[in-house]
Amino acid sequence: MRRTLPVLTVVAAILVIWYLAAFWMNSTWVLDQAARADREVGFAELVSATMTQERPVVAAPHQVAVALWDGVFGHAITSKRSFVYHGWITLEATLWGFALGIVLGVGLAVAIVHSRAVDMSVMPWAVISQTVPIVALAPMIVVVANAVGIEDRLVPKAIISAYLSYFPVLVSMVSGLRSPNVMQLDLLKTYGASRAQVFWKLRVPASLPYFFASLKVAIAASLIGAIVGELPTGAINGLGARMLIGSQFGQPLIMWAALFAAAILAGALILVVGAIQRAADRRMGVAQ
Amino acid sequence: MTLVVLAIVIWLVAWYANVRLANSGARAAHYAVPVIFGATVLVMWELIVHGLNVSPIILPAPTAIAARFATSLGTLWTDFVQTVVKGALSGYVMGCGAAVLAAIAIDRSPFLTRGLLPVGNFVAALPIVGVAPIMVMWFGFDWQSKAAVVVAMVFFPVLVNAVAGLKAADAMQRDLMRTYAAGYTQTLLKLRLPAAMPFIFNGLKIATTLALIGAIVAEFFGSPTMGMGFRISTSVGQLAIDMVWAEIVVAALAGSAFYGGVTAIEKAVTFWHPSQRGRA
Repeated sequence: MRRTLPVLTVVAAILVIWYLAAFWMNSTWVLDQAARADREVGFAELVSATMTQERPVVAAPHQVAVALWDGVFGHAITSKRSFVYHGWITLEATLWGFALGIVLGVGLAVAIVHSRAVDMSVMPWAVISQTVPIVALAPMIVVVANAVGIEDRLVPKAIISAYLSYFPVLVSMVSGLRSPNVMQLDLLKTYGASRAQVFWKLRVPASLPYFFASLKVAIAASLIGAIVGELPTGAINGLGARMLIGSQFGQPLIMWAALFAAAILAGALILVVGAIQRAADRRMGVAQ
Repeated sequence: MTLVVLAIVIWLVAWYANVRLANSGARAAHYAVPVIFGATVLVMWELIVHGLNVSPIILPAPTAIAARFATSLGTLWTDFVQTVVKGALSGYVMGCGAAVLAAIAIDRSPFLTRGLLPVGNFVAALPIVGVAPIMVMWFGFDWQSKAAVVVAMVFFPVLVNAVAGLKAADAMQRDLMRTYAAGYTQTLLKLRLPAAMPFIFNGLKIATTLALIGAIVAEFFGSPTMGMGFRISTSVGQLAIDMVWAEIVVAALAGSAFYGGVTAIEKAVTFWHPSQRGRA
């Protein structure tokens, strides 16, 4: 209770502010219409008019909820109007990118820990790679993928996701693989352990908590990558594409609902990864 | 084919040099090794593009990109001003300023802190770029809507870090301020804000990349006929891939300079922090 009450209060406050904003921002249009029709609008009428607009400037929370409900449950999941369908497309790219990012991040980390030369040449560029706004590359990746003969939109999106998600994994894995201290390394030396044995029996187990901690950041970054990848690439399927379509065809409700569908997807992914992390931590004896 | 072989030979030579340099432990190696690595990649790119006759529509050679960069400096500069200076920087300053002020306001109430931290942490992980079409609808096509997207993107990461930072001063230090009879403002300015700086700068550094992403993505939803996002999407349409790469170079330079600038300020402000000491 001590923890949920403040959170609920804040969420309630956000909802109240949101309703006030919807009323305030949408009222201009209603008042305009009324002035043009040369009639007065009472306060009650104004409130109800601002809450039910077809093309609101700020969609009221309940309108978003209805659009979201309709998008998720109102259509067959194979329908192009269903958020389940679009969400799956985005999720697929996210998961591929996430997997690719993990492989890349872990692979680079292993190379960096074992070779000073790799460490010194790759690490600074990895840091710089993250300061480059990936979206600048996104349309490029699509063109190149097309030119090489990959028609599928999945590949470029997954590449963008991987680009955003490999970095947290790389950084955590480097610190994780280096976390065994001198004493532990010396002990294995006295056992006459080979480099490979030190790696598998000491470094890998020691790095696992770091690995799982980084996954949470990586999955969030992956989803952002998949959505960003859908925006400039002319994709027609996926949650990002739904936002684009909603904005271009003057259907703000679809845009808002797609935004929240993406947020819910992000929340669900973070919860799942968090659960995996806790389970792994318990198995490894890190958390009590 | 000879060019490709040459590229591989150059790669092997440069890698051998890097291994020798890295293991020599010389101080200059810290700069030389990454520079040699980067240069080698560029040379290989050039040689392989020519050697395999890669179409410039797929991948232009670095020299072609450099030539394009040099001939269209004027366009690149207007795009840079429109996107980075007007869109990203102004949004960055507003968003980060608002986040730090909000953190100070929230910090006075433990109840609000407990409520806002989980919500803020959650929101910071959401794909906020999605608000871009909404902001373009509200603020029009010009830089104001880009700045608004940037504000929305940087606000929560900075807020979460600033709130955590304001808790960094420990009870002993606060008690000391109390024995000095320092008021709330004095404690805030002389103890808690300086102590929070490493955390705040952590958020500010994350926010630099987000700011550029936000400003560029927002341009895909509508922009005046300039700006980096606009130029990239139209150049892709015209298959002027060398122009796209020139913009990518600008984005990379701007992103690195932005990050580097914030890091330099951090160094100057938090010179006392263990992570900064002894790294002159």
